[in-house]
Amino acid sequence: MVKRVVVGAHYGLRDWLVQRVTAALMAVYTLLFVLILAGARPTNYAAWTALFNGQAMKLATFLFLVSLFLHAWVGMRDILMDYVKPLSLRLTLEVVVAALLVAWAGWAIQILWSVR
Amino acid sequence: MTKTRPKYLDPLRIRLPIPGLISILHRISGLGLFLFLPLLLWLFQSSLTSPDSYVRYRGAFANPLVKLILIGLLWAFLHHLLAGLRFLALDLHYGTDLPTARATSWAVLVTTIVLTAVLGAWLW
Repeated sequence: MVKRVVVGAHYGLRDWLVQRVTAALMAVYTLLFVLILAGARPTNYAAWTALFNGQAMKLATFLFLVSLFLHAWVGMRDILMDYVKPLSLRLTLEVVVAALLVAWAGWAIQILWSVR
Repeated sequence: MTKTRPKYLDPLRIRLPIPGLISILHRISGLGLFLFLPLLLWLFQSSLTSPDSYVRYRGAFANPLVKLILIGLLWAFLHHLLAGLRFLALDLHYGTDLPTARATSWAVLVTTIVLTAVLGAWLW
């Protein structure tokens, strides 16, 4: 039987860490992406899609977006925990947020791997 | 345990110190970015799918209302990024004394607005 301690200062540590690790990953991607944009200066469709042609760029962008969705989950849950007090409403909104984020992750895969 | 401490949490009467303002703007900008993610994903998809959809994306981008929203989101992104980097530094115990915390708060606020104005003017 798994005994979980649901109180105590350590309980939110994983979420706290996820929020910061994903933030760092997104900051690095943002910096690299700005440098790539500044180098390539894409001004038409062909040049823009060429940026996302390679598997490395697809995977890096996917990693950025997954980081974004995990980061948004922690942040949105913090907001809901702070301001939405009725449990049923908070749980409902948490489910809506989580469902949206998973759906958007699927959408992101579709967008990225449609580029040829 | 019942606490009987008085609470004054009327948001219209609280005068936030500058680090507090940065903190609540970090939260508001994060919420805004979350709410507009479908628009951003749709624009990203349109820009990449086909030459026709790219033209639609350029059209949407040229719409003044969309531009206004995108500049708002640009501010939100820059504020969230810079304030977030400041929070990461605070987590590592850099800049936690009050004068430094106030100075970096002002730096985040001003840099974000200047960068948004410069990039916004360039994009517009």
